[in-house]
Amino acid sequence: MDILSNIPPHLFRMIIAVAVVLGFVFANATVMGYLERKLAGRFQRRLGPMEVGWHGILQMPVDGIKLIAKQLIVPDNVAGILFYVAPLIAMSPVALPFLVIPFAPGLQVIDLDVGAIFVLTMISFNTVAVFLAGWSSNNNYAMIGAMRAVAQNIAYEIPILLSVLAIGLMTNTFSMKGIIEAQKSIWFIIVQPAAFIMMFICSIAETNRAPFDLPEAESELTAGFHTEYSGIAFSLFMIAEYTYMFVNCCLVATLFLGGWKGIPLPFGDYSSCIWFFAKVYFLMFVIVWCRWTFPRVRFDQLMNFAWKYLIPFSLVNLLITAILVKLL
Amino acid sequence: MTPQAVSKPIHYRYFINMGPQHPSTHGVLRLVVGLYGEYVLSLEPVIGYGHRMQELMAERRPWPAFLPNTARMDYACGLPHQHCYLLAIEKMLGIAVAQRGEYLRVITTEINRIVSHLLWLGANLLDLGAFTPILYCFDDRENFLDILEDVTGSRLTHCWYRAGGVLNDVPADFADRLRAVIKRMYGRFEIYKNLVTDNIIFQKRTKDIGIITPDLARRYGATGPVLRGSGIAYDIRKSMPYSIYPQLDFDIPVGEQGDCFDRYIVHIEEMRQSLRIIEQCIDRLPEGEVRTKLPKKMTLPPGDCTFSVEGARGEVTYYLVGDGSDVPYRLKVRAPCFSNLSLLPELCEDMLLADMIATMGSLDLVIPEVDR
Repeated sequence: MDILSNIPPHLFRMIIAVAVVLGFVFANATVMGYLERKLAGRFQRRLGPMEVGWHGILQMPVDGIKLIAKQLIVPDNVAGILFYVAPLIAMSPVALPFLVIPFAPGLQVIDLDVGAIFVLTMISFNTVAVFLAGWSSNNNYAMIGAMRAVAQNIAYEIPILLSVLAIGLMTNTFSMKGIIEAQKSIWFIIVQPAAFIMMFICSIAETNRAPFDLPEAESELTAGFHTEYSGIAFSLFMIAEYTYMFVNCCLVATLFLGGWKGIPLPFGDYSSCIWFFAKVYFLMFVIVWCRWTFPRVRFDQLMNFAWKYLIPFSLVNLLITAILVKLL
Repeated sequence: MTPQAVSKPIHYRYFINMGPQHPSTHGVLRLVVGLYGEYVLSLEPVIGYGHRMQELMAERRPWPAFLPNTARMDYACGLPHQHCYLLAIEKMLGIAVAQRGEYLRVITTEINRIVSHLLWLGANLLDLGAFTPILYCFDDRENFLDILEDVTGSRLTHCWYRAGGVLNDVPADFADRLRAVIKRMYGRFEIYKNLVTDNIIFQKRTKDIGIITPDLARRYGATGPVLRGSGIAYDIRKSMPYSIYPQLDFDIPVGEQGDCFDRYIVHIEEMRQSLRIIEQCIDRLPEGEVRTKLPKKMTLPPGDCTFSVEGARGEVTYYLVGDGSDVPYRLKVRAPCFSNLSLLPELCEDMLLADMIATMGSLDLVIPEVDR
């Protein structure tokens, strides 16, 4: 006990937070991986994984062990250190957005004034990782995938930011907690339906999910930017993708669906937390649903969609919001 | 429409090798693609990875021993090949085919055509990035394959036709089971319409993409759905009728401008027509022997013989030369996929990479048939 009392409490809290967040990141990837495969099975009129454990529930841990145990095959002509760094860059910033996400009224590490912007910034790191992976792989498929990823992310970050700005105009703050408090009477999905739809579409594109999964379009680019990655390096990209998906959904749920707010459940303090996760996982379900339903769009169609429709519409939306906020 | 790049200088061209192992070359095709950014500047198909010397094999053994090989030319739709080979043999030897046998041949050939088209539909959509439809296609395909399996004994490389008819009679519940599957299949077209045809992304990806003009199709000798998608109603079953097709009532679906979407529509419509043919054949299926009695050993007379049938991918032609023994002196196979593949380089110039994949998928290539 003496040793423990010598450790400053905030350091102690930080260690616990890091452990919980990392644990959650991996658990989320496992759960989402399992859910995605199960749901894909449902959408495709088959069962999905059934062999390992009850209804295949142990499939993802087993796959994880397989990926960790696998040899990391590194081609001879890759760009040295960058090749190794890219999956780490994809993985390391994923824990940071969890700092500002309010899971429940008291369950938020720190309430930044620029919470929403901070989350968006952290999400953008993924682009760097994808680009490094594609560039350092020294593979034309990976290169095309990386170029697509950069162009796509730049194009789709603008409408996201404009949608967040529209919310910011209404709430006068970017603090995640403040935005949830502002939705006391009415969720912003009703006030700002256009912004919600645009932000949600952009979130799918931002996380490189189908129908916008062009950086890893397997029918064109075999595996896109992670063509040359195997074993745990590949799974780091996958874990990062699922986590970014989760973070994006958290952001959408906070901005538009009222965050932890909901009809009181008979679970006391936990009910708000349950509401938050229910909303987030519902959004993730919709993303998975889209993936297994739609064909992939073409690259120029994707860019046209962003620059010709989403960005002008979100600008108009922002303008209307500004005028209404000024007048009312 | 595919936007045009401003300028595509040839010295900025870089190459990617697609295949022989690539998710969307569907087999052992290799494409050497010269790209500028994402625009295809040049494309060169490299074939021969699946070469098995099928034609030479035919020249080294008695003609009945070559029957199993015919179904291995085109693994997705083997029965038309076998049909064609036997029709050529029967024409050369003057064998009369048992009527019931001929009806059963047509029924199974059309089932095989549907099975092949369903495989194409799923694989083509997979090329476009839609993962789900292929499972629906395989669901339907499974029903037809079950019936074929009970009849021919195998699911993929059928060897059921014999000179003078077919090997054995069908099971007693064949007609009823087939009717049930056909009824189900008619209902399934509605699902494909909702899931695929009306999907806006699918339409954007296929309409006005990969337009094969009638002139281009004629120059390269394209046949089958590729040619009919371009609006030319050329079907061997109508233009050079064989077997019992003249007695059957069916239409030849044609497309309007020859883009990927038209080829999709043609494939779907052909499945409907095949269902119609099967229904008519079941109704009229005569009783009696399924195979005429033939002597043990039959030698091919000196001379040659050509026969064409309509396979799932186009015109299948067998050219057979006999020299008085029972071993063919020469066998030449005209595989439709070879001609259809040969127009790809001209078709795909200045295309985006993704469109090139979509176009190649819509040509319905089966590479073992090209390589033989």
